[in-house]
Amino acid sequence: MTTVKEDRLYAKTHEWVEVEGNVAAIGITDFAQDQLGDLVYAEAEPVDIDVEIDDLVGSVESVKMASDLYSPVAGKIIESNESIEDAPEQINEDAFGTWFVKIEMSDPSQLDGLMDAEAYKKFCEEESA
Amino acid sequence: MTMLKDTPLIFTKGSKSFKSSYIRPLDVEMPDLAAYYGDSYRAELPDMPNVDEITAIRHYTNLSNKNFSVEVGTYPLGSCTMKYNPKVNEDMAALPGFANLHPYQACETVQGSLELLHDLELQLNDLTGMDAFTFQPAAGAHGELTGILLIKAYHEDKGHTKRDTIIIPDAAHGTNPATAAMAGYKVREVKSNEHGLVDLDALAEVLGDDVAGLMLTNPNTLGLFDCNIDRITQMVHDCGGLCYYDGANLNPIMMQARPGDMGFDCVHLNVHKSLSTPHGGGGPGAGPVGCKDFLEKYLPRPVVVKEDDGYTLDYDRPHSLGMMRSFIGSFGVLVRTYAYMLRNGVEGLKEVSEGAVANARYIMERVKDYYHLAYDEDCMHEFVISSAWQKEKYGIDTNDIAKRLIDYGFHPPTVYFPLIVHEAMMIEPTETETWRDLDALAQALIDIAKECESNPELVKGAPHGTPIARPDETRAAKDQILTCTD
Amino acid sequence: MTAYLPMGREERREMLASVGVDLDHLFDSIQESQRLKNTDFSGLQKEGVSEFEVVERLTALANLNKRTDDYDSYLGAGFYDHYQPAAVKHLISRTEYLTAYTPYQAEISQGTLQAIFEWQSYISRLSGMDVSNASMYDGASAAAEAALMACREKRLYKVFVSAGMHPEYIETIETYCHAAGVEVEVGALNEAGQTVEFPAEKGYAAFMVQSPNFYGVVEDLSLVVEKAHATGALAAASCDLISLALLQRPGDLGVDIVTGEAQALGIPMSFGGPGVGYMAVTQKLLRKMPGRIAGETVDRDGKTSYVLTIQAREQHIRRERATSNICTAQALMATSATIWLALMGSSGIRDVAEQSAAKALYLQEKLLATGLFENTYDSPVFREFALTAKGDLDLNKLNQDLLAEKIFGGLVVDDNRWLLAVTEKKSKQAMDKFVETVVRLAKAQ
Repeated sequence: MTTVKEDRLYAKTHEWVEVEGNVAAIGITDFAQDQLGDLVYAEAEPVDIDVEIDDLVGSVESVKMASDLYSPVAGKIIESNESIEDAPEQINEDAFGTWFVKIEMSDPSQLDGLMDAEAYKKFCEEESA
Repeated sequence: MTMLKDTPLIFTKGSKSFKSSYIRPLDVEMPDLAAYYGDSYRAELPDMPNVDEITAIRHYTNLSNKNFSVEVGTYPLGSCTMKYNPKVNEDMAALPGFANLHPYQACETVQGSLELLHDLELQLNDLTGMDAFTFQPAAGAHGELTGILLIKAYHEDKGHTKRDTIIIPDAAHGTNPATAAMAGYKVREVKSNEHGLVDLDALAEVLGDDVAGLMLTNPNTLGLFDCNIDRITQMVHDCGGLCYYDGANLNPIMMQARPGDMGFDCVHLNVHKSLSTPHGGGGPGAGPVGCKDFLEKYLPRPVVVKEDDGYTLDYDRPHSLGMMRSFIGSFGVLVRTYAYMLRNGVEGLKEVSEGAVANARYIMERVKDYYHLAYDEDCMHEFVISSAWQKEKYGIDTNDIAKRLIDYGFHPPTVYFPLIVHEAMMIEPTETETWRDLDALAQALIDIAKECESNPELVKGAPHGTPIARPDETRAAKDQILTCTD
Repeated sequence: MTAYLPMGREERREMLASVGVDLDHLFDSIQESQRLKNTDFSGLQKEGVSEFEVVERLTALANLNKRTDDYDSYLGAGFYDHYQPAAVKHLISRTEYLTAYTPYQAEISQGTLQAIFEWQSYISRLSGMDVSNASMYDGASAAAEAALMACREKRLYKVFVSAGMHPEYIETIETYCHAAGVEVEVGALNEAGQTVEFPAEKGYAAFMVQSPNFYGVVEDLSLVVEKAHATGALAAASCDLISLALLQRPGDLGVDIVTGEAQALGIPMSFGGPGVGYMAVTQKLLRKMPGRIAGETVDRDGKTSYVLTIQAREQHIRRERATSNICTAQALMATSATIWLALMGSSGIRDVAEQSAAKALYLQEKLLATGLFENTYDSPVFREFALTAKGDLDLNKLNQDLLAEKIFGGLVVDDNRWLLAVTEKKSKQAMDKFVETVVRLAKAQ
């Protein structure tokens, strides 16, 4: 059984968002890493890129699958986690502890469109059914 | 007998003193090349071994023994049409009059080759209901790209700047969306209905004035012929789009029905599937692209033209989409294609298709009580079964069943495709298998289904006795050892 | 005639009946209106013919052609007539290589997979690059894929291409780039036939050159690297593999993407195909590279094994977000080239390269000495060179007259330049006779 963290917001494409002030950290959920299996590659987009909602901010690959991370908010990438490139397995081990990018949000009200932990749990149950 | 031997890389072989002697000794003066090339000169020899001939021959012979091939046994790899590759075709392609031709020889010196290509174009027109062909594309995916670029060239010529989207069914091969993206198009998916065919209501919803065209395989990747095909192409045409036929699955309808008559505007053929040229372990193939008259002027250049005094190559084509590669195409592959077309004729090709459908139907009927049949419809040349039952009851993956088939002496079917079927196995026996071969394959599938119940560990541990078993793909992708570093 | 069908219709009917299917209703899902009714065909004969008649027809067609092993040929321009040891053809005719599919099932495809791995290794060693893929369709489409790959990496949608590239390669690059919305700028050669002028501003994904270029001239790849990297662009080179046995390796000079045509490694010219393209890149670009890649791993018992790897780039996983739509390579031709390299060996390929260079220089000097031509470009060349006709010498007529002497003259470019290629196969005697014939025919004009 995969875990869901209460202090995060969630997108339908299985990204989690952790908000601190005006900055949103983005990663993939435990459910997503479980679906993908052993990751062999991960990549985060570099800093200084302006992103809109649904723009690419990272990607992950297992042997049989590839998945991209889409930004749930608009803004500018201010930090990019390069360590995931060398050690993608940390995402399998601790999906909620491994952020890909941190985005300085241009419109934090966009967070209202995301799910809370409870809603995301239900969403995953429906997807697995 | 075949012995399977360890075959360390060629780079571990060879000797310091051996030198090959295949070429004539130098008969002109050797200039001072170091001085001549200056900074560009490289003093060191290439970092490659010097291997004597018998060592090299044993190396590549022993390696070949680790391959399964069509001539070893039944190869029911769905969507790949692994039929017998006639030997005479190999001999024909190797004729010195075909093999020893430079692509830039004057047309008057290659009349035989140009006549062959011209004849082949007429034959392929007959086969597809098209009006003209290009021979440039080197493979199926290359043909797809050429076909979509034909559609693009047409819309650009007509000033249809808004048309930026290609419609593709959800059951399509991955190459279709990848091709559309390469051609600069957005991809819009259309769902299959409960019969595995294009859902007409869903199609109506995705059509609009931004649609450049539709890419469709018919029969589709489930092996089902779409009986609504007339309406589908009509709907696309009505909204101003063009229809592209992916020829991957032409084998079951040759001279039975034609893409041109179904309303398609252009088509690519995989001559390495339906028309019997060998796959070569992943190429070379050829993917000739045909089109209706109104698209002919956009075909890549050059094209073969028949004139009063013989055949020529026409490069002067102002509306052409350009070139997809260098030269005329994979001529050597097309010689094999032509030999196959001659050998079969209209009636032969028609019966090839009948045989392909009959063989698939037979196996489907034999195994359908043992595996979940994804769509219980009359299949054409291939069908999709699922090991969802085995997965649920015994925890056995499709991959396990595929590997177990190797133990029975068969190449596994295509697995995990199409994506719309869970635990999919796509089986295409082709027409060149005997009733006895088909029985053996069906029985193996049935026996394995029984083993899943009686001895699941045996299935999960397959294959047994192959040179290697279950290589670690995760490690390969992580370690990235892609060249010999010794 | 049902040439390759093991069953007759009656047996097929019986087989189907045994599982309750009627042969006459196999095609019921195709509506009557869609069934083929046309019987008026322009190309196909109604009935097939015997194997003997196929041989008869194709042999007759082949005999209509004039061959490079019968004529004395000086044609090159991308396809070259190097010797193929007899063993190569025998080995790649082995059905296990010839009639296998793409090696999806590693357990029963180690032959093809290891051969591809060896190909990748040879390509890396010859080019000096970190990694190679399993091969591409040809040199032109490989160069076009290199352009698109550079754009993906740099997120810039403009490439600079040297006019010294093969014109058909440039046209292929343009076709692919136009489709993808990438701008192509073609830059001119200088008087010496080299690419020295490059854009100085940012905004280009790649600077692309060919070496030796279309006119046989060896390009200064270090300059391309310096200029490209100065603007943030990648340096991409299309290189002949035989020349790399003699010249500096692009990888050692800092080139980021190397592509090319490998037909010269003893593959029959077959009127232009099948040959085989190659692509090699730096480690950094690995994930942006199109095409299949074989990698080494171990199996469940720890045995060294080869598999297709890093597949998440590819169309069957990424669909419209794949690096390319390419799925097959030219595996058999790559295997042919690999075996050629194994047989020739390090010393053999060096001999081929040195002889090709030496003979081209010999012929160039001899033809210049006739006074009929001048060097189009006064730069070091490899295997191939361009001459400009002096006075009113008509090169097209000269080629026409040479045909009557059983000679394929060089390729005429822009009416007044003659592009000639020789390989190690060419004898001094043949070249001397060729020059004599040229002089005689030119005088008669």
